[in-house]
Amino acid sequence: MSENTQLLVFGLLALLVLALFAGIALLSEKPVETFVFYVFAGAMVLSSAAIVFSKNIVRSATWLLGTLGSAAGLFLLLSANYLAAIQLIVYAGGILILIVFGVMLTAKNPFLGFAARPRELLIAGVVGVVLFAGLVSVMFAGPWPQVPNATPSSEVAPVHAIGTALLTTYLVPFEIVSVLLLAVMIGAAYLARPEKR
Amino acid sequence: MPDTPTKTYDLLLRRRSTLIIAAVGAAVLGGGLTLVLWPWIKPLLSAQSTFSILLMVAGIGILLSAFAICTLAERKIAGFVQDRRGPNRVGFWGLFQPVADGLKFLLKEDFIPARADRPVFLLAPCIALVVSLLGFAIIPWAGEIHWPWMPAGHTVSTQVASINVGVLYLLATGSLSVYAVVLAGWASNNKYAHFGGLRATAQMLSYEVPLGLGLLCVLLACGTLRLEEIVQQQAASGVWNVFLHPLAFLLVLISTFAETNRTPFDLAEAEQELVGGFHTEYSSMKFAMFFIGEYTHMITASALMVALFFGGWAPLPFGGFLADSTAWGWALVKFGIYAGKVSLFIGFFMLIRWTIPRFRFDQLMRLAWKGLVPIGMAMVVGSGVLVALERERNVFWSLVVNVALLSAALGVARLSKQEITGRQANMPEIEVGPV
Repeated sequence: MSENTQLLVFGLLALLVLALFAGIALLSEKPVETFVFYVFAGAMVLSSAAIVFSKNIVRSATWLLGTLGSAAGLFLLLSANYLAAIQLIVYAGGILILIVFGVMLTAKNPFLGFAARPRELLIAGVVGVVLFAGLVSVMFAGPWPQVPNATPSSEVAPVHAIGTALLTTYLVPFEIVSVLLLAVMIGAAYLARPEKR
Repeated sequence: MPDTPTKTYDLLLRRRSTLIIAAVGAAVLGGGLTLVLWPWIKPLLSAQSTFSILLMVAGIGILLSAFAICTLAERKIAGFVQDRRGPNRVGFWGLFQPVADGLKFLLKEDFIPARADRPVFLLAPCIALVVSLLGFAIIPWAGEIHWPWMPAGHTVSTQVASINVGVLYLLATGSLSVYAVVLAGWASNNKYAHFGGLRATAQMLSYEVPLGLGLLCVLLACGTLRLEEIVQQQAASGVWNVFLHPLAFLLVLISTFAETNRTPFDLAEAEQELVGGFHTEYSSMKFAMFFIGEYTHMITASALMVALFFGGWAPLPFGGFLADSTAWGWALVKFGIYAGKVSLFIGFFMLIRWTIPRFRFDQLMRLAWKGLVPIGMAMVVGSGVLVALERERNVFWSLVVNVALLSAALGVARLSKQEITGRQANMPEIEVGPV
């Protein structure tokens, strides 16, 4: 298949999916929000699947960017602007590190792929199935409280509330995490210091 | 001679009267339609959402033409600094050089290396362009504006979106831009491009810390993350934040140079060492997209600094003569002031590019981690103390804290006897051969 046909097929598929989302959205009460939700959720599912199935570590990391970006989009849709921004800021750096490690681990051949052994596939499959079963059971067992018209006001500064909560209600966990991070930082500095000559 | 359709078309175009008639007809038709539909257009134009969409469209157009002007300005400034004329062949004073460059970009061969990772190779310039355009959405160009056709007391904001975490949003989109460089470097399957990408990673991760610390000082004092409120505060109190937080401004300025990949921090492209760095393998419009991204990032970053430190549209540093009016004429004046400040900043960026040579990589890292980060942390503590004592808008006390911190930093640097940009202790001695 030539490249142009391939692109055409991709484009048509994307249009079809978008039309499907639009159709579903038009049936719901809030069409715009539903449509955007399906777009972000679809992108998230697609890129999550692509992380698992792509054989190249840097490509996996790139798809991870798509997943986390879609999560940020979903946060935005829920009017959680602060969470969305923090999601991008924190994970952007994180994925960058992942890419660097991926590049360094595959330094001999930058396009080296993964090859899983059968035993590893088995273990990973079992863990995946157990986790999935747990998630599904929680999804059906747990209560899903619904608050009608609970739109968080965008006027109240969430940063202020979160900062106050971190330094009053959740002070102990916050401090424990900071001590942990400090220990990690000291460890990294120790490992990275120059050799004594 | 047979009259082919192309010939007719040519003749029609060449006859000036046809063109004039067509132009007048279009104008009359457009004007008439607007007049007839005005009752429906009026409420639409008064709504913030419509205005935001118009602003978005206008913004993209303005940014792309600003990019064209920037390329010319950069080469003219380079010519000025290096005592030569710069581009002056195309059009009067070289004014059509951007057009020629644009045509060249469009017409050059679009080349993709055979062993490159094709999808990622194509993705990288897209990321560069899209991410840099995102930041534009929250720049408060001229505050609130009241158009004559609006009901009295009703205004629209000249921001595409006014979000409650404005500065964080800019940080988030800014930190995404490094992916373009890293992925381009990796996907090119070229050693030099690869080095460029990896350098960009370390640089971006390091300089985000002082950038965040510098912004934090200002945000602590302002108590809000909305850019328009920060500008409003400075316009109301009449004191630009740069006089309250000169050290924080310095931190943000240096980190912005690093974030936008400009000299002296352009180690990712370093043409003397890495051919062209991350964009070695890129040609034609893909190459241009990286540069549109870089210049747009520069414009957005300058606009951020103007809003945070230089009072946005406030014309004078200590108390302005500009009435706080929302009339559209005043809004245009405000926009002019804002844009003028932004262009001054861009000129400064360009002047620096031809003035200061590029850092070596270890110097770059040491400047960030041993120089900027400690000062930034001390600055945050100082700002926190000022806020706790409710002296954050007092120029005298702010300057006292800044001067004290600066002298402390200089003292420590003097005492430690380790030059901040010198050669590292664990590096071998330089062997000087016979001259």
